[in-house]
Amino acid sequence: MGTQVKDVIIKPDAPSTLLLDKHADYIAAYGSKKDDYEYTLSEYLRMSGIYWGLTVMDLMGQLPRMNRQEIIDFIKACQHECGGISASIGHDPHLLYTLSAVQILCLYDSVDALDVDKVVEYIKGLQQEDGSFAGDKWGEIDTRFSFCAVATLALLGKMDTINVDKAVEFVLSCMNFDGGFGCRPGSESHAGQIYCCSGFLSLTGQLHQVNADLLGWWLCERQLPSGGLNGRPEKLPDVCYSWWVLASLKIIGRIHWIDKAKLRSFILACQDEETGGFADRPGDMVDPFHTLFGVAGLSLLGDEQIKPVNPVLCMPEDVLQRINLQPDLLS
Amino acid sequence: MFAIITLPTVVLDATANLKKHELENVSCCANVNVNRLLLSVNAPHPCCQWPRALTCTIYHAPLVSRQEIPPVFLCFRDRKEWADLEPVPQDDGPNPVVKIAYSEKFSDVYDYFRALLKNDERSERAFALTSEAIELNAANYTVWHYRRVLLQALSKDLREEMRYITAIIEEQPKNYQVWHHRRMVVEWLNDPSEELEFIADILSQDAKNYHAWQHRQWVIQEYKLWDDELDFVENLLEEDVRNNSAWNQRHFVISHTSGFSDAMEREIQYCLYQIKKAPNNESAWNYLKGILQPLGLSAQPGLLERVLELKQTHCSPYLLAFLFDCYEDALENSKENVAEEEQQKTLKKALEICQLLAQEDTIRKEYWLFLGRSLKNKHGSSDPSDEPLADDPEPSVPVSEQQEMS
Repeated sequence: MGTQVKDVIIKPDAPSTLLLDKHADYIAAYGSKKDDYEYTLSEYLRMSGIYWGLTVMDLMGQLPRMNRQEIIDFIKACQHECGGISASIGHDPHLLYTLSAVQILCLYDSVDALDVDKVVEYIKGLQQEDGSFAGDKWGEIDTRFSFCAVATLALLGKMDTINVDKAVEFVLSCMNFDGGFGCRPGSESHAGQIYCCSGFLSLTGQLHQVNADLLGWWLCERQLPSGGLNGRPEKLPDVCYSWWVLASLKIIGRIHWIDKAKLRSFILACQDEETGGFADRPGDMVDPFHTLFGVAGLSLLGDEQIKPVNPVLCMPEDVLQRINLQPDLLS
Repeated sequence: MFAIITLPTVVLDATANLKKHELENVSCCANVNVNRLLLSVNAPHPCCQWPRALTCTIYHAPLVSRQEIPPVFLCFRDRKEWADLEPVPQDDGPNPVVKIAYSEKFSDVYDYFRALLKNDERSERAFALTSEAIELNAANYTVWHYRRVLLQALSKDLREEMRYITAIIEEQPKNYQVWHHRRMVVEWLNDPSEELEFIADILSQDAKNYHAWQHRQWVIQEYKLWDDELDFVENLLEEDVRNNSAWNQRHFVISHTSGFSDAMEREIQYCLYQIKKAPNNESAWNYLKGILQPLGLSAQPGLLERVLELKQTHCSPYLLAFLFDCYEDALENSKENVAEEEQQKTLKKALEICQLLAQEDTIRKEYWLFLGRSLKNKHGSSDPSDEPLADDPEPSVPVSEQQEMS
C-alpha cells in the first residue's frame, strides 16, 4: 500500500557536482546589480543578508572578496541608542539583527566596533518574567529570540548577564509530545524552532534535557525519498532544512541517522548552474539565504572543499576557535 | 495603489524558473515603452520571508497606446500636499560602493517614509503613507512599528484597523509582522470575537499556516475560548487526516481542558480509527505515542493486541516503529515475575522489527540498526547462542530507491 508522498523528483540532468566558484561569484556580485528590486525589498533584513553572504564566502575561503570596512561602518551606523542593532540604517533595532551584526563582527574580529555593554543591556531588557525573550520592544515572543539572545551573549562572552535558568525553563516549556520544539509553549514542532532550541540548550549547557533519541527520530523522519529534508510532516523538502535539521542532529549527536549520500545529491541538485547560488528546491530561484544553508549543510556532511562549520552558531569553526567558544554537542 | 490588471497576454520573456502558480500580488505599472508592461512580482519565500521580486516583461497583444493605460500611481513628489516635506533618499552607509537602482514608486514612497520618520511626524498623511509602504513591502517591520505609534498618537479607529489588517493578512498570510500587528490590535481592543472565524478562513486556504496556528493558540488561551476547538480540529482532520498542525492542536486543546487521563481510551480509539483510514500517517502515530508515553506504552491494557491486529491489514513503518516502542517499554518496565524467557521472546520480536525496517526504510537504516543494537545491549541475555544483530545487513533482494512499505 504505497502512498503519495509529498516530495520532489530530481531530474536526471540536475547538477551533481559542487560549483563553489559560481556560488562565490554570485554572492560577491550580489547587490551590485543595477536593476535590483529584490535587493531593495530585502532591506528590512539587510543585516542578516550580509551575515548569510559573508558566512558562506568565508566557508568557501572567499571572504577577502567582500568589503570589510564598508560593512563594519554600516554596522556602526545601525547601532541605536538603546544598544540594539537594526537591519539597516533607518530601521528599528531588533534581536535578530543584533545577532547577525555580532556574528559579522566576529568573522571580522571587530566586535569593538560596537558598544558591547549597550548591546548586552538591550538584550537583558528584552527578557520577560517567564524567561522568554521578546524580539524587540513590541513584545513578540518566540524561541528564535531566546536563541538570538544567548547566541549573541555567548559570542560576546556575557551570558551571565541574563537569568539563564529562567530562560532555560521557558525553552523547555516549549518541548512537545513528539520531542520537538515550537515557537511558544504548545506550538507545533518545527525544524527551524528545533534548531533554535537545540542551539539554545547547547549554549546554556542543558542538552541533557533533550530526549535525544525521540527528537533524533523526529528529525530523521524529515528525510524524504528524494533525499531532501522537510521542516514538519507532510511538507515539501527545502534546502534550508538541510541546515535546521542537520545541525540539530549534529548538536544532539545523531547526524549519522540521516542518509548522507541522498541528502548531498538533493542539496547539489538545488544549485543553479547558470547564475550560481542555491534555491530552496531544484529548479527554483536562488537567493543568498538558501545558498548559505546549502553550503553549510554540505560542510556538516563532510565536504572537504568547504571549511568546517559550527552547527550551533552557523559560523566557521576557526572563527569560534579564535574566540574560544566551543558550545556543547551530544555524542 | 497598483491596479491589478488582467491582460490577454503571452509571457514571451520571463525570468528563469518563475513558476506560474507563484504569481501572487501581481502589480503593474506603466512603462515608458508602451508596447511592454513591466511586471514586478512580489512572492516572498514562505519559510525565510526572503522577498522574491522577479521582473518579467509581458508583451501585449494587441498593442496598447500610452493614453489607454490608466495612471496607476502619482508619485508623492508630484503631490501638492506633500510639497513641504524633503524626501530622504536611501542611505547605503558612509561609503557606498554599490549603486542601486530602485523602482520608481518604491523609492518615492520610501524616501517620504524616511522623511516622516526622521521628523517623527505624527499625522494623518503619515498614517496614509504607512499603508502605501506596507503595500510595497509588508515585511518591513519598521513601517509597522511606526504605524502602531501613529495608531495610538492619532487615536485611530481600531475597528477600522482590524478591517485593514484582515485584508492584508488575506493577501500575505505568511508574514510575521502582519500577525503580530493583528495581535496588538486585538489586545488594544480587548476583543477576540472575530478571531476564530478569521483564522479558520485563513486556514481554509492553507491548513498548516504556522503563523495562523500560533495566533489561534494565543487567542484561545488568552481569552479562554476552548469550547468549540476540539470540534474544529476534528473537522480539519476529516478534511486532511495528515494535517500535523491539527494533530498538534488536538494535543493542545486536550492538555489544557480535560487532560488525558479520562480521555485516553477515546483518544486511542480516535487514533486507531484515523490510522485505518490512512495508515502511513506520521502525525497520527506521533500523537498516539505522545499521549501514551507519560504512562508507558505497555501500561495500556490490550493496546499491543490491537496494534498487532492492525499490522495484518494496515501495516506501515510507523506501525512497526510503534510496535518496537511497545516491546521496548515492556522490557524496560517488566515486572519481577516476568520470566527471562518471556523477556527474550519480546526482545527477539523487537529485533526482528529493526531488521525489517532497516531493509525496508533504507533511508533511515542507521537509525533502525541503532535501535536494535541498543536494545540488545540493554536487554540481551548472555547466551552465546544468540544470533548477533548484523551491523550492516546486506539485503537479500536489492532495494529500489523509491521503495515504500507495502
